Amino acid sequence: MTDAATAALPGPSPTIVRGSGSAPGQRRLPGWLRWVAPLVVGALIVLAWWFWVDVLGTAPRMLPSPFAILEEFVRRWPIIAQDMAITATNALIGLVIGSLLAMLFAGLAAAARPLDGMLAPLVSALAVIPIVAITPILNTMFGASSQFGRQAVATIAAFIPVFVNVLRGLRQTRPVHRDVLRASAASGWQTFRMLTLPTALPYLMTGLRIASSLAVIAALVAEYFGGPADGIGTAIATYAKSGRATLAWAYVLGGILIGLVFYLVTSLLERLATRRSPV
Amino acid sequence: MTQDRSLSERGTSPAKRAAATPSALAVRAAGVSKVFATKTGDVPALSEVDLEVAAGEFVALIGPSGCGKSTLLRLIADLDQATTGTLEIFGKPAKRARADQDYGIAFQQAGLLPWRTVGANMSLPLELHGTGKAERVARVAELAELVGLTDFIDRYPDQLSGGMQQRVAIARALAARPKLLLMDEPFGALDEMTRERLQTELTRIAAETAAAVVFVTHSIPEAVFLSDRVVVMSPRPGRITDVIDIGLGEHRDEALRESPEFFDRVTAVREALHGSPVTRAGES
Repeated sequence: MTDAATAALPGPSPTIVRGSGSAPGQRRLPGWLRWVAPLVVGALIVLAWWFWVDVLGTAPRMLPSPFAILEEFVRRWPIIAQDMAITATNALIGLVIGSLLAMLFAGLAAAARPLDGMLAPLVSALAVIPIVAITPILNTMFGASSQFGRQAVATIAAFIPVFVNVLRGLRQTRPVHRDVLRASAASGWQTFRMLTLPTALPYLMTGLRIASSLAVIAALVAEYFGGPADGIGTAIATYAKSGRATLAWAYVLGGILIGLVFYLVTSLLERLATRRSPV
Repeated sequence: MTQDRSLSERGTSPAKRAAATPSALAVRAAGVSKVFATKTGDVPALSEVDLEVAAGEFVALIGPSGCGKSTLLRLIADLDQATTGTLEIFGKPAKRARADQDYGIAFQQAGLLPWRTVGANMSLPLELHGTGKAERVARVAELAELVGLTDFIDRYPDQLSGGMQQRVAIARALAARPKLLLMDEPFGALDEMTRERLQTELTRIAAETAAAVVFVTHSIPEAVFLSDRVVVMSPRPGRITDVIDIGLGEHRDEALRESPEFFDRVTAVREALHGSPVTRAGES
């Protein structure tokens, strides 16, 4: 009884609309409000932060005011941009190579059952290992002046979600579509190109979106474990240790920007790939 | 021998009968059986089916679920292989006929590729066989005209209603100008209004293209309205129990649905399906 009654109730969204004080009878949030609402929340958080640091003055010493961080970011932009380029390049190389390898192996696994049986446990093992844990070893292996260790970590981090999603996507073709292509005497390659690949594309894009964030995180965190003295992560660690809080935070902002760009670009690709809903 | 359902006995038009020499058979199935191997043992789906469909003839396969009508259609289409028996499409083995695109097929689900436009879906079989772009564009225009979707060529399937999607699927089946059209409950998921309209259109399309049609359905009025012959099947194991000549002529329109001849044939098919005369209301 209770469950049925609860299920019959309207979803939470109309309640929110009513609570947000929009005109009576208006059921959907207007488009602009969906953009403005999170911005307002963000602004409120920044204001509270500023109030705590600059007005109350009770914040810890390592937490400067948001405006001081922004000012520092603008002033130090030339050196921050250099380090951002290092980290972003490592993440991008990792994302591209990891994704390409993942597509290759997912294709092999989808094509041959025995290969799938060999690869699946390996990928599961890779997925549960905290990849950054091996970074110090890689750094020592390839020398303190090589970015290779960081790129390798980003590659492994990006590989897993792309592999899992592409492999799933390659198996999503619907029986009726396979029948249509078979009835039209399509060759194996034609079926792959015209059905299997387009079906898997949205899954690839989802994998890429997840992998893009992971690659950035992996490339950045890997810098905490040695290697060359450049990159966002190295700078944050250095300036945090030497007490230059504002500059450390400005670098954090740089890291956020890299992550945001990677995420937005791959999200856009995903939306383009999934705009045609299945019928 | 399958001459018990020989060509001269069919209720086809004189023109069709004249053309129906043995080599003009669209489908010839002799002693066709199909057994599906499952974990719990072999399941017989079709047993000793004999069927001949003349060129240009419209044949409906009707029967309850599990009677093997869809299985028979899939065997004709070479989507599955018969366990025993011979199956010829225009005198060729089913596999050759499939490779030569001698037939077009439509299913209950339209099965359109969502990332392709209506036009690109219609021309898919042509594209698979390397037809040039100019020829494809011309053929798509013809097909769209035939199924009444000229204004929708550049739309995507998710912008179309179920009935429109099914028309695209029929156009796709006709793209390579096959002389045989295989249809597996193509209107099964549509509402009654759309369904009747598409039935009328299908009789027109079948007449215009002069293609033979094998049409699987579980609707008696649909089978009677569309067909020259209705093949009645029964389950466990799937087999043909009766073949009924409809003989309502070439021209089928809405008035036919109200005519006494139509109801006579509906009754005949219903009795064949139930295996005994059906008591009519008011006649006890």
